[in-house]
Amino acid sequence: MLMGSLWTPRGIYNAVIIILCIIMPWLAPAIGQEFFTDVFTRTMIFAIAAISLNLIMGYGGMISFGHAVYIGIGGYTVGILSYHGIDNGWIQWPMAIGLCGVFALIFGAISLRTKGVYFIMITLAFAQMMYFLSVSIEKYGSDDGLNIDSQSQFGVPFFDLSDPLTIYYTAFLCMMLCVYITYRFVNSRFGMVIRGSMSNDERMRSIGYPTYGYKLTAFVIAGMMAGLSGILSANFEAFMSPDNLFWIASGDLIFMVVLGGMGTIFGPIGGTVLFLVISEILSNFTESWHLIFGPLLILVVLYMRGGMEGFFASLGRSQND
Amino acid sequence: MTFALFVEQIINGLQLGIILFLVAAGLTLIFGIMDLVNLAHGTLYMFGAFFAATMVSITGSIVWGMILAIPLMLLAGVLLEVTILRTLYTRNHLDQVLATFGLILFFNELFLIAWGPEGTGIALPPWLSGSTKLGMGIELPDYRIVILVSGLIVAAMLYFLVAKTKIGMLIRAGASNREMVGALGVNIKLLYTAVFGIGAVMAGFAGMIITPITQAEAGMGEGFLILAFVVIVIGGIGSIRGAFYAAIITGLIDTLGRSFIDVVLLLVVESVTAETAGPAISSMLIYILMAIVLALKPNGLFPPRGA
Repeated sequence: MLMGSLWTPRGIYNAVIIILCIIMPWLAPAIGQEFFTDVFTRTMIFAIAAISLNLIMGYGGMISFGHAVYIGIGGYTVGILSYHGIDNGWIQWPMAIGLCGVFALIFGAISLRTKGVYFIMITLAFAQMMYFLSVSIEKYGSDDGLNIDSQSQFGVPFFDLSDPLTIYYTAFLCMMLCVYITYRFVNSRFGMVIRGSMSNDERMRSIGYPTYGYKLTAFVIAGMMAGLSGILSANFEAFMSPDNLFWIASGDLIFMVVLGGMGTIFGPIGGTVLFLVISEILSNFTESWHLIFGPLLILVVLYMRGGMEGFFASLGRSQND
Repeated sequence: MTFALFVEQIINGLQLGIILFLVAAGLTLIFGIMDLVNLAHGTLYMFGAFFAATMVSITGSIVWGMILAIPLMLLAGVLLEVTILRTLYTRNHLDQVLATFGLILFFNELFLIAWGPEGTGIALPPWLSGSTKLGMGIELPDYRIVILVSGLIVAAMLYFLVAKTKIGMLIRAGASNREMVGALGVNIKLLYTAVFGIGAVMAGFAGMIITPITQAEAGMGEGFLILAFVVIVIGGIGSIRGAFYAAIITGLIDTLGRSFIDVVLLLVVESVTAETAGPAISSMLIYILMAIVLALKPNGLFPPRGA
């Protein structure tokens, strides 16, 4: 199932994206666009967050408009620990992911009592709350952001996250791990309950599944996964700022997922690649790139249902007819 | 002195509450009747500020400038509804969120190009820039009184429109049962456009009257939009009455929190902690309030009847 339909337009499209991710550190210098290695590192880090959002939004119907908050919590945990001289990765990473889990548990427990628009808005409000918290703490840089002097240290030889290739492939492996978790999740009994509750929550509850607990668990897993994205981002950029958890960042994440194709295993990766490559190209072309990006977003929403995955899947269908 | 400060802060809180209500009322109407999550409502607030600033600089009069900006707002609202938002009514909430998010990005950038990052403003004429002494050391800037009174007048007009007129009857009917209103032969399309126009004018009016004390700048709408979301979620989505109470509560808590949380904290912790924690807690207060309200009443304080 995961790779079963490789020789369809959709399978080829996904394979091309993954192969691009693998060979970019060699391809970029070869075509004289070295900065694309950085663009792809950033892409894969964002893709992890997009994959985690897709887990709850694409499979569980939970439209979180504050998902970037976990990138922020993860990243700031690394930054703040390193600010106080604790740069041991074996402490930083579990703590960052654990904290994201705790916050997702609190935010999720309250948000999941609501449905629909209320859910969208309350997740947005929680994220804004943390945004204002990060802006108001002067010790950790407030709105100037927090510089992170040293990357996470693991004490493992040849594993140095300040090395571009090391962080590149760490991000790649983390991304593939998240893909694998999604794949296992979606096809498990647990994932079936979540998917069932997306199409009809009442029916799931009446046949005896306490969906609240299931959804909350999925919400926490997604929060922790996005936290991993934050950890990598803090290590790669050596910088965290309140912008990382601003609501625009959460909106961007939703767009990445929708652009790629909601509720598909690889969709968020393609969506993120396209999103970041388009914004990179547009921002090189003009400073006011949002002027083109905004209408583009509207067009995608209005006319491209199912995102890239849906587009390539429909190509495959018309071929078989 | 402290008492005077307290009263002044209460008036400031009420003023913020009224402005919030003007934005939130339209937002809650649009959601309640058209089932549309309109993130671009904050953009309409920004439109109001820039239209008024432009009209004031053309006419040279703050009163005429604002009066002329109102039909412009109506026009902008109707145009937006007819061209883009109308197609979103049948879409799911996610599509609506994304498409209106796209609108925000577009208009913020457009206004940034047109007016630059520092934006523009409206200078208060001398007859509005004084202040009035109310006794007991309480002194209020005249313009704040103007905001408070004009906001209340617009709120009263909305109440009259919704409670006493035929179109208001249709709006109320639409809010409790959309399909039925359509089935009874009401021109639903026209009603939707009218509701959106009313919402646009109110949000625009809020943006106009606030501009002389703040500024008109690109992106000014979004912070305010999120506050307005908090308001309608606390009040119960679709309920104008709920939006009114929630706006006043939110305005008061936010303003009083920002001015007095340090004082309250000092009673509990030492001064250094209070100074650092104060601003952090005060900016989080209304979100905490919202979380508490939703944890206790997931449909808000005043959910609309019949919904």
